[in-house]
Amino acid sequence: MKWLNDLFGRKPAPAQIARDRLKLVLTYDRVNCQPDLLEMLKNDIMKVLLNYMDIDEEELDIQISQTTSELNEIVPVLFANIPIKNMRKQP
Amino acid sequence: MSEVYVITSGKGGVGKTTTTANIGAGLALQDKKVALVDADIGLRNLDVVMGLENRIVFDLVDVIEGNCRLKQALIKDKRYPNLYLLPAAQTKDKNAVTTGQMKKLCEQLREEFDYIILDCPAGIEQGFKNAIAGADKAIVVTTPEVSAVRDADRIIGLLEANELKSPLLVLNRVKMSMVKSQTMMSLEDVTDILAIDVLGVVPDDEAIIIATNKGEPCVSNEKSLAGQAYRDIVRRILGETVPLMDLDHGGFGTWLRKLFGTKNK
Repeated sequence: MKWLNDLFGRKPAPAQIARDRLKLVLTYDRVNCQPDLLEMLKNDIMKVLLNYMDIDEEELDIQISQTTSELNEIVPVLFANIPIKNMRKQP
Repeated sequence: MSEVYVITSGKGGVGKTTTTANIGAGLALQDKKVALVDADIGLRNLDVVMGLENRIVFDLVDVIEGNCRLKQALIKDKRYPNLYLLPAAQTKDKNAVTTGQMKKLCEQLREEFDYIILDCPAGIEQGFKNAIAGADKAIVVTTPEVSAVRDADRIIGLLEANELKSPLLVLNRVKMSMVKSQTMMSLEDVTDILAIDVLGVVPDDEAIIIATNKGEPCVSNEKSLAGQAYRDIVRRILGETVPLMDLDHGGFGTWLRKLFGTKNK
């Protein structure tokens, strides 16, 4: 629908704006209401990564943030900044 | 077997008290013995919506503190066969009651009534915790607005964390003309976002304001669309399968579309 609106230079319908805003706000709320969730995710990601590389666990940064999609919509995104110390040699 | 329902929302002003009054009166019209409990201590409103404000002698806190017996505090609504109201205290604050005391009160009410409907205060603090403490089932009321749905999502999480699984949704004040013109979120939009089963959709209806002004629940108004929506909700609570209301009947727009033979999608 968005491309149609763009084609005719129309703004998105208010109901669509409400849906998008709601989805975004709930993404944050749901993460914030479960502080353990990010911690669990962090630990799981680390477990997998450690099979392939040594990472700096102190400097590890994982958070939910937002970005602009190709369709110019604001969408939630999982942001991870994981400094690599060393790549493991593959057997 | 009696059932204790709590009507909650998180956000204020979405229609919790109106929903409580109409579900309660509707169940009473179906020959069930019903107790309405105003759990909004310090800000009582259910008495006014029910038109029973002049008949209060004792209140919920009086019962809990032992100043009177439960039966003395229950006000009988003479317009219905078996409907009673336990009003909230107006001069106490929410911390006057504990969750344990509320549980005990609900147990006492179970002995007398088929349905106990608790009107929960807005917010997620002690008043909310008290209201949900003794409940078996929860009904979440929201309107199709970003702020109200956001709060509903939070409440659903808190209910589930407190062992009130599978709450039911009442989407209130839906304006079908606005949903059609894409200026208001639809039921589908809301249920896509909230993981919850739907108990009913209530159209925005002036009859509700008129009913509240008069202090008589709208559920007995045969002409009101909102009244019909509440009657449907009551039948669903009683276990019947009732299709969701077609909010698109009547009105000038429908008449015009019929006249010109254009179909709705």
